[in-house]
Amino acid sequence: MTSETLMALALVLPWLGAVGIWLTGSAPNLREAVTLTTAVLTWLCVLPLLLRVLDGARPEVAYFEIFSGIGFGFALEPLGMVFATVASTLWIVSSVYSIGYMRGNDEPRQTPFYVCFAIAIGAALGTSFAANLLVLFLFYEILTISTYPLVAHKGTEEAQQGGRVYLLLLLGTSMLLFLPAIVWTAVAAGTTDFTPGGILAGSGLGATALGVLYTVFIFGIGKAAVMPVHAWLPAAMVAPTPVSALLHAVAVVKAGVFTVVKVTVYIFGLDLLAETGASSFIAYVAGATVVIASLIALSHDNFKKRLAFSTVSQLSYVVMAAAIATPAAIIGATFHIAAHAVSKITLFFAAGSIYTAAHLTEVSELDGIGRRMPITLFAYTVGALSIIGLPPLVGLWSKWWIGVGAADAGQFWVLAVLMISSLLNVAYLLPIVSRGYFAAPRDSGHGHGDEHGHGDGHGGHDGIAEAPATCVIAICTTAALCLALFLGANHVEALLVQIPEVPGETVTGSVEGGSDVE
Amino acid sequence: MSVFIDIAAHYNYWATILLMLSGLFIVVSKSNMVKTLIGLAVFQTSVYLLYLSPGKIIGATPPILDSDYDVYSNPLPHVLILTAIVVGVATFALGLAIVVRIYEAYGTIEEDEIVKVVDQEDLSE
Amino acid sequence: MSAGPVTQEAALTLIDHLPALQVVVPLLGSVAAALFRRGWFGYAIALGVSWAMPVISLMLLHQVMAGGAISYALGGFPPPIGIEYRIDEINAYLLVLVSFMAALIMTYAPRSIADEIRPEHQGWYYAIFLLCLCGLLGMIVSGDAFNIFVFMEVSSLATYVLIALGRDRRALVAAYQYLVIGTIGATFYVIGVGLILVMTGSLNLYDIASRLDQAEDLRPLLAGLGFVTVGLGLKIALFPMHLWLPNAYAFAPSVATAFLASTATKVAIYLLLRMLFSVYGVEITFAETPADTLFAVLAAAAMLVAGVAAIFQANVKRMLAYSSVAQVGYMILGIALVSETGLTGGLAHMLNHALIKGTLFLAIGCVVFSTGIVKIERMAGLGRVMPLTMGAFVLAGLALIGVPGTAGFISKWILIQGAAEDGRWLIVAVIVASSLLAVLYIGRVVEVAWFRAPVLEDTPRKPPLEMMIVTWLMVGLVLFFGFWTEFSVGVARDAAALLMEGYPR
Repeated sequence: MTSETLMALALVLPWLGAVGIWLTGSAPNLREAVTLTTAVLTWLCVLPLLLRVLDGARPEVAYFEIFSGIGFGFALEPLGMVFATVASTLWIVSSVYSIGYMRGNDEPRQTPFYVCFAIAIGAALGTSFAANLLVLFLFYEILTISTYPLVAHKGTEEAQQGGRVYLLLLLGTSMLLFLPAIVWTAVAAGTTDFTPGGILAGSGLGATALGVLYTVFIFGIGKAAVMPVHAWLPAAMVAPTPVSALLHAVAVVKAGVFTVVKVTVYIFGLDLLAETGASSFIAYVAGATVVIASLIALSHDNFKKRLAFSTVSQLSYVVMAAAIATPAAIIGATFHIAAHAVSKITLFFAAGSIYTAAHLTEVSELDGIGRRMPITLFAYTVGALSIIGLPPLVGLWSKWWIGVGAADAGQFWVLAVLMISSLLNVAYLLPIVSRGYFAAPRDSGHGHGDEHGHGDGHGGHDGIAEAPATCVIAICTTAALCLALFLGANHVEALLVQIPEVPGETVTGSVEGGSDVE
Repeated sequence: MSVFIDIAAHYNYWATILLMLSGLFIVVSKSNMVKTLIGLAVFQTSVYLLYLSPGKIIGATPPILDSDYDVYSNPLPHVLILTAIVVGVATFALGLAIVVRIYEAYGTIEEDEIVKVVDQEDLSE
Repeated sequence: MSAGPVTQEAALTLIDHLPALQVVVPLLGSVAAALFRRGWFGYAIALGVSWAMPVISLMLLHQVMAGGAISYALGGFPPPIGIEYRIDEINAYLLVLVSFMAALIMTYAPRSIADEIRPEHQGWYYAIFLLCLCGLLGMIVSGDAFNIFVFMEVSSLATYVLIALGRDRRALVAAYQYLVIGTIGATFYVIGVGLILVMTGSLNLYDIASRLDQAEDLRPLLAGLGFVTVGLGLKIALFPMHLWLPNAYAFAPSVATAFLASTATKVAIYLLLRMLFSVYGVEITFAETPADTLFAVLAAAAMLVAGVAAIFQANVKRMLAYSSVAQVGYMILGIALVSETGLTGGLAHMLNHALIKGTLFLAIGCVVFSTGIVKIERMAGLGRVMPLTMGAFVLAGLALIGVPGTAGFISKWILIQGAAEDGRWLIVAVIVASSLLAVLYIGRVVEVAWFRAPVLEDTPRKPPLEMMIVTWLMVGLVLFFGFWTEFSVGVARDAAALLMEGYPR
């Protein structure tokens, strides 16, 4: 099949899946089969595209014009390819996980849940393939709107409140800032096409105007959760855990930071940012977010809230790296999109599994959980170590590249941020491990899951009582991915070094310098 | 002195403005719906005068072609105002019809009282 | 108005008489419907006429796009003496808009009307509806300032009746209040026209434009323009002259609300554009008066104040009515920007908003038909009981907010672009802030309808098929125009260029 056909298929399949899920809603087994089939088929479309892009192909399709000069079309490049691959791969894993979780917790109204889920993935793929800012914005907003029902899913007052914050902050930032920024770009540059080397060079905007525009862009992309527009992410934690795992560790937030990197590289262009320093303010803001969010994470006892603030902090790694705007930093930023995705989804899966199997939600309740759920806790440990950035796990590489990029730019404060943040990671992620393995289980049992009628082992603390099998499979897969990506990093980097390349220019020395380390 | 003559010479416009303002004043100030409609009619009538008076030329005849006369008044305003009168009558009639229905529904034609009832209905909806 | 010769010659050269047919067909249809006074007969006539109009208007648009403006001398008296119907891309665009909305809404109407209006009134209702349509189309096609006034009153009088027939007795009060304000508005318009007539000696808009420069003084002409603007502003419900609108929309029958919301204000805005740009021209309107600042301030106030007011409404129809006042602000902003891009955005928003608001009111019409509910609090869980209807509401609501992929986004984009081109960032801020307000008031309904447990005692009756089909057809159009902009923006851009150019001096 041609690349163009594959692109179209990958874009359409999740939407068809959504329709299929809706039609088969009355037969849960069939419905889940549709979800899984769609996920696998989508992945099978994305995979050959990945290989072709790695070989240097840049397929494009343009369908029709919306405004003069701005069309509805898609174009593939390495950065989008990374995001698409991450999203479609983890969709399969988290679908497997969702089946166990949703059934294990007897969640109501599962059909709309899976429908919205499929649409969200479709929107994520659309975002990653978008040929210009307008198309990207379209799918960005679809992603916001399709995930709002997932956040408000439970229908309780708390869920509605969370949904309100979620929708208002995400739609609000995108309408108040992102859209004007896009239009400003269109007016200044006459186009919004993503072009290697950027489109704003020579648009007549001065350094100050560029700085304002960049700032408006970054805060407008609320999904990147740079403080102070991060509040939606903790609010979204009222959603069922698979939602938090896939959407609020992968699809939604990664759509945000992906957009940040995309705007940095393909709208502004690294050279322009390096010349004008337009992004330095954002680099500091993101650096501050990294540290502050980590500190807040420390203070939260609720497991998912803690992970949410950890996500806020980790997302700002990407934003900070993008704002440093050196080729190596961009590679680091993109690598971190993938690395954080597989690591953080593992952590969320663990949180969800513990909730399903033991109905525990607070960190302080997790004493001795490792004896009952050894596999889950082991996978959690792998994910946590990866976030911290210890070998042999993937988190190391992204931090490495970000560090190299910062050194290139002479921004040594970034290294300090990386160090402090890693220490804070240890402080807020590892207590769960130590409690789980080493603390004695409490007698006053929480989580008598018996009232839910599924799980005979819940009452006793001695036996092993893991979450449903599908959950265990999913969490093991993502943990294994953390390791696999570490080992296969040279393949990933072969793709990533293509991102900062501008046709007709030689790649800056630092990228090759970085590659030598391999 | 000439200022006064200027002002006095345009007495037709002063009449127009007086009618216009008194019509509007009645519309704004009266709570009784029929009186409001009368004010509206007065207001519309002022417009008839506004159109008609510039069409009249002193010493001219009605526009019927005759070899004895060569100065005619402009007939166009008359035609227009004939139409406007019809429109005004229709509006007045419809307004009165609605007021009758309002009286049947609310038992009063005092707008102040009706608005109070309407506000209560809004609240207890 | 003499329409006699038209019908006699109709068989031979029908194509030449298309402009007159726009007015004559609904007028005759109205008379026929009034003569028979049977519900079903009235409906048959109204449906036939409503669907004939879009055909005619599309043919007109086609002619205009191919061969430039059409001048039609009514009754054979040549302009400027006789009444001229003058059609260019600006009013052809409006004709298509109004006639299509009428056709779609008429298709939707019968069972909603049968449900909301007493049987003995239904035949009359169709007659009045056609009369209203006749007036609106007449206001668009006519090139004679006084003839426009007559059509304005035809449509207004019909509108008062359409509103007064609402089943709630408050509809009567709303109709009465609209009658008073509407008549003042129309009279202001006539006063303005009178001043123009005195100074230029002409009523033909095209002719007036060429005589403006010879007028001995500009000041009475500007006063005339002021009167016309205030008069039309009352019809447009331009903030702060909007007070009649919320109650009128809230208590009129569902069909009438949908029709008026999507057409009546747009026609008045068209006339304003015609006066400001075509007749007076950019040089006089915006150089001699602070019109652009005035409109910018009023539009911004409308978008923000009415938007906030919409959030606090308990009645969903009144909420949408306040939203209409806010949305009018977008169209007026197009004027205030005084640029081709701005006008394109304003014109495109007229079409897009007509579709969007029409859809929203039609969806609410389905809710009213099925459950009788108009209060937002009582709509709890309605999304689960009536997923199709509320789904349509959500999609149209998203378009109202201006989410990309919907028609609402297109016009908003162009308006922001127009403001950004001139560096008017404050206007950009107002536009985006206003869409955020839309998130709040639409989101409120969505949250109640979809995320609260249903409280309905018994299952509501299903809305009839034709109501659902039309509602979803409109939703389809709202989405379609979010991508396909050749008509909405393409024709609007041509029209905007014509407007900026004005009539020749």
